[in-house]
Amino acid sequence: MIGVNLITFTLFFIVNSPDDMARMHLGMKRVTPEAIEKWKSGHGYDQPLVYNAQSQGMGKLTDTIFYNKSVRLFVFDFGSSDDGRDIGSDIRERMWPSLAIALPMFMIGLLVYVSFAMLLVFFRGTYLDLSGVILCVVLMSISGLFYIILGQFMISKLFHLLPISGYQPGTMAWRFVLLPVLIGIFMGLGSSSRLYRTFFLEEINKDYVRTARAKGLPETLILFRHVLKNAMIPILTGVVAVLPMLFMGSLILESFFGIPGLGSYTIEAISGQDFAIVRAMVFLGSVLYIIGLILTDISYTLVDPRVRLS
Amino acid sequence: MIKPVFLWTDSLLMFLVVTIVAFIFYVRSKEHLHEPWREIFKSRIALASMLILLIYILVALLDSMHFRQALPETEGQLETQYSGDVLSVLDVLMTPLREQVEITYSAPFAAHAHSRETRTGEDGSQTRIYPRLKFGGVHLTDPQTERSGDVLQRLFIVVVKTVLGIIGLYALLAILLARRWQTDLKQAAIRLLSRKQSVSWKTLLLMMALVMFVIIFIADIGRHYHILGTDKVGQDVLYQAIKSIRTGLIIGTLTTLIMLPFAVTLGLMAGYYRGWVDDVIQYLYTTLNSIPGVLLIAAAILMLQVYMANHPDMFETMAERADMRLLFLCVILGVTTWTGLCRLLRGESLKLKELEYVQAADAFGVSGLRILTRHLLPNLTHLILIAVVLDFSGLVLAEAVLSYVGVGVDPTMLSWGNMINRARLEMAREPMVWWSLLAAFIFMFTLVLSANLFSDAVRDAFDPRMRHR
Repeated sequence: MIGVNLITFTLFFIVNSPDDMARMHLGMKRVTPEAIEKWKSGHGYDQPLVYNAQSQGMGKLTDTIFYNKSVRLFVFDFGSSDDGRDIGSDIRERMWPSLAIALPMFMIGLLVYVSFAMLLVFFRGTYLDLSGVILCVVLMSISGLFYIILGQFMISKLFHLLPISGYQPGTMAWRFVLLPVLIGIFMGLGSSSRLYRTFFLEEINKDYVRTARAKGLPETLILFRHVLKNAMIPILTGVVAVLPMLFMGSLILESFFGIPGLGSYTIEAISGQDFAIVRAMVFLGSVLYIIGLILTDISYTLVDPRVRLS
Repeated sequence: MIKPVFLWTDSLLMFLVVTIVAFIFYVRSKEHLHEPWREIFKSRIALASMLILLIYILVALLDSMHFRQALPETEGQLETQYSGDVLSVLDVLMTPLREQVEITYSAPFAAHAHSRETRTGEDGSQTRIYPRLKFGGVHLTDPQTERSGDVLQRLFIVVVKTVLGIIGLYALLAILLARRWQTDLKQAAIRLLSRKQSVSWKTLLLMMALVMFVIIFIADIGRHYHILGTDKVGQDVLYQAIKSIRTGLIIGTLTTLIMLPFAVTLGLMAGYYRGWVDDVIQYLYTTLNSIPGVLLIAAAILMLQVYMANHPDMFETMAERADMRLLFLCVILGVTTWTGLCRLLRGESLKLKELEYVQAADAFGVSGLRILTRHLLPNLTHLILIAVVLDFSGLVLAEAVLSYVGVGVDPTMLSWGNMINRARLEMAREPMVWWSLLAAFIFMFTLVLSANLFSDAVRDAFDPRMRHR
């Protein structure tokens, strides 16, 4: 955590001095030193980087950019963005649309991938399985951008079923959420299902499955009772990587569909070169990653009682 | 007079190719390393995708030999001036495609522009017509009736040429193989097509036919028509898509080339030395891992932009500037992707360390460095190879997404990501402009699909767990 903060700090302030940032914001050419100084003091970048020799006592460490801009992130005080808005309240406001997309996408997606993989495993060794695997490889070879562009075009423009983009809070939100969620699920179908299929196949060759078969259990029961439970562990491990993205919102989907979530917030910040927001988002992302790691460890104990939290 | 230009990515790509060739020779000299490769050659899908990958690499290589042409000399000039345009060998080969620039959009195989234009007639009356293109289908007098016939006729010629070419290739292959198998020509020609071969020559020939068809098609018909239309400023879309191959391949290969040394040394060291070395390395990669990749890349690219804006004198040409950005993108992508491989290698070397042969080496007093390089590394190469091939397709796809976010390659550089990005706006036009998207889709899909299929074959051949199934 401290490491992340140090890295972002170095990236943002030492590689790139506040002078440069001020120049960026005020336009490239014909910038007077006075204007730079003014911008810097207006945004609180006019202090020394790490050590302030002019202040008294504790002020030597606290009156610095490092303290004001980086250490404060630990208490989730994000400060204000480079054009003066409060990042903390922005994030709180934009969190909900992001969640509205990410949560259903994650839940339904996991369900769809697992059931598709199960279907393939159930028909393993047949042409259905083979064509399913080929379909997966083809699906995962297409860039996600194509799905988005084509999906938007087909459903919204040709058939006018759903709005192309935008968002409105409240009960009508589902109309705006449905299409991104569908496309989001479709984007991951190829790679995830193929991965889960290998997990299932690995389990299905083990001894306990053979025992279950020898007992005369029907194939469906074996799959759902025995194989699914044991294959959940590797699946859960892979899911962690997705968790922070859940909250951060899918960068691409949100900006394509014009949803005012955290993902599009970040993209706006990137294209608007608002370093304060990017810094805050990097920090937030790493916090969520760590929370995700802890959650996975907890979920292991739920799936597999042999694993004990130590 | 020409002046060769060595861009950073060019040199690195050349270095990579030399390494691969050296690796091939090394494998050829060691019998025990042959087995997995034989398996790959046996698989027909792997063979076909390998051929396509080779074609892509060849195009990228041709596109990586850059030079600047000298400007015509003027009076009293002391030294030769070179033009600011950096060309590549591929540009020269595709001169007709490159130079046949229309005014604006035109559809594939069109003879007329895509949008109407107001023309003033001789008597001063104004009509709105679709103007004829400057290059696309100029040899036709009445495009409406003649065009399809003309295209079919040319297509027929292309097919004939391909068939002739493939027969020639077949004969050549038969002669070569006859010498190798020490049989006569007729027998070799029959045996070549039979199914039980170590290399499926039939698949190879079929794929070669396909590739030849595409190349002859582009070379023949591309001279007279814009096969995939033109874009907003009238440039041939096919040319753009072919030029984008280099960008995509560089992102896919150089990134792994850059991150490989770090991932391998750090992963091995963490696994072998344990103790504080392990702690430091583990801390390093958990930290890096916890930062969302896109954000890290975005931050780094923003920094680079500021830096380049402050030091404009460092770059002689636009191409060098764009190239620097591409290289930097590779580096930063490498920073975000090395952690996975590093963790994998750490775990694996932890396991290997406990094996008897490493313990024996330790007992004999072999130094740590030597154990790492002689005993651990060779037993991990298959993992490295699999990881490299698997990463490739993901990186090519990532480029497109990053370019969309605005932190990918330089906007002036031709890349599939930039093409898709522009195509989004074009799709909203009325009538719709769909061919840029289609072109980017076809080229990207072929590359990523063959990379995926090839990596599957490589994994199946090298993964010891798979081999016994």
